[in-house]
Amino acid sequence: MKFDVEELFETANMTLHQNLDIRTTTLGVNLKDCIDSDFAAFQDKVYRKINGYARSLIAQARPLEVKYGIPIVNKRISITPVSLIMETHATPEKYLAMAQTLDRAARDAGIDFIGGFGALVQGGLTRSDAVLIEALPAVLAGTERVCAFLNVGSTHAGLNLDAVNLIGPMLLETAAATPDAIGCAKFVVFVNAPEDNPFMAGAYHGIGEPDVTLNVGISGPGVVRSVVEKHRDCDLTQLSEVIKRTVFKITRAGELIGRELARDLGVPFGIVDISLASTTAAGDSVANVVEAFGIEHIGAHGSTLAIALLMDAVKKGGAMASGNVGGLSGTFIPVSEDAGMIDAVLKGALSLDKLEALTAVCSVGLDMFAIPGDTPAETIAAIIADELAIGIINDKTTAVRVIPAPGRQAGDLVSFGGLLGVAPVMRVNPFSARDFLRRGGRLPSTVMSMRN
Amino acid sequence: MDRELLFITVIGQDRKGIVARISGLLYEANVNIEDISQGIMEGYFVMTMAVDMRDANRDLEALSAALGALGDDMGMRIQIQHQNVFKMMHRI
Repeated sequence: MKFDVEELFETANMTLHQNLDIRTTTLGVNLKDCIDSDFAAFQDKVYRKINGYARSLIAQARPLEVKYGIPIVNKRISITPVSLIMETHATPEKYLAMAQTLDRAARDAGIDFIGGFGALVQGGLTRSDAVLIEALPAVLAGTERVCAFLNVGSTHAGLNLDAVNLIGPMLLETAAATPDAIGCAKFVVFVNAPEDNPFMAGAYHGIGEPDVTLNVGISGPGVVRSVVEKHRDCDLTQLSEVIKRTVFKITRAGELIGRELARDLGVPFGIVDISLASTTAAGDSVANVVEAFGIEHIGAHGSTLAIALLMDAVKKGGAMASGNVGGLSGTFIPVSEDAGMIDAVLKGALSLDKLEALTAVCSVGLDMFAIPGDTPAETIAAIIADELAIGIINDKTTAVRVIPAPGRQAGDLVSFGGLLGVAPVMRVNPFSARDFLRRGGRLPSTVMSMRN
Repeated sequence: MDRELLFITVIGQDRKGIVARISGLLYEANVNIEDISQGIMEGYFVMTMAVDMRDANRDLEALSAALGALGDDMGMRIQIQHQNVFKMMHRI
């Protein structure tokens, strides 16, 4: 098959100069078959299953990186929501012991994060779910690689406000127990959480999934920014078209590598999730893509339209490229992991309120942002509840990963290091919704859910 | 044995000896060059080679590392990638 120089250059240039990578290959692993009434035997089975698959994942990924010249940045494991497998061992001490087993299995195999230490509580809490939430501060402080999540609502079930009300105090306790509150960066609260999400910290292996499955997350804000910069004068329809075409190509690369990796591992291929996910590397910023559209800084008026256009074009390009597109495909806009987002907050262009508006049209939610450490627990819960209401009413996934930084005030910086980046502390509305949140209960399932 | 076709992409400023040095390295590795093209893209000199690795005397990781080192020495970026990725991205 012949390719012209332009085609070969375009592909090579994406990896050499535009940071195209496979952001994550995440192996979803069912742990229900590890359950044992003997807790030590249970831990041993969990360790062996995770460690074995994790080692295979790392070993098989390297030859594909070389074959296709595309880096596979992260190799990770997601597991069955832990509250389900801990039903008969639901004590805080055993939860911590299981978390440490997972941490050790990941560390010994060279996996940086393992996701799924969480629960699905949209309809209410089991005893095991409640104990898990109670144990989370100790788990997040006592482990390095374990990521936790809660799904507290869905368009069909409504929003479990009682569960949301538990999260504010839990996060403040976690923040106090970990340096620079970094434990909070390993916890995400969702509504409408997809079961096949390959991205941390919210990845888990859904109960409708097979025993093992490989999910791939492909990124590429640098590639999209580059193509946008080449089309400075085109109108929105044309802009959408060039983004769509570019995303089509990078999704096809992700699908190729995902399918080969799944074949080499001897497991079913799950999904390819095409999400523009930024890193702190120069040029690898979703905010910079929006700025290349012609917006001075993300957060300026016009940014919501820009993110809406970007999201839609990314989804359409991905949908045409693969029959197995993941539930989160679109655009992430974490603050601390995106140099353009950080810059916009520091310049006063991006407020928490505008960030919330942007999440109504982006693929996930309020991600990796810091707030003052003295923010009341009920205000943290209210921030979360507002964001999740957007997801429930609009029948989409929304999520919150918030870091209440102890001793810090709006305008300060909190550095997490590595992939997690640097978060400018954002101003929080000082007025309270305490009495509203104290009502508790559940936001009823919405009229949107009455489709049958 | 079937052909094992990969593409080498060289990106940088044009200079003497690029083809000679890369083809010398490929000759030592017993890799056959099937096609060479070049052009100017976005202000870069770009040279591409289609190569068959079926009789190569070293594995792809070693060849890729050697090409990368040669690129560093010449102040250019050199990438080698299996043809499947181009088929997936540029052909439907």
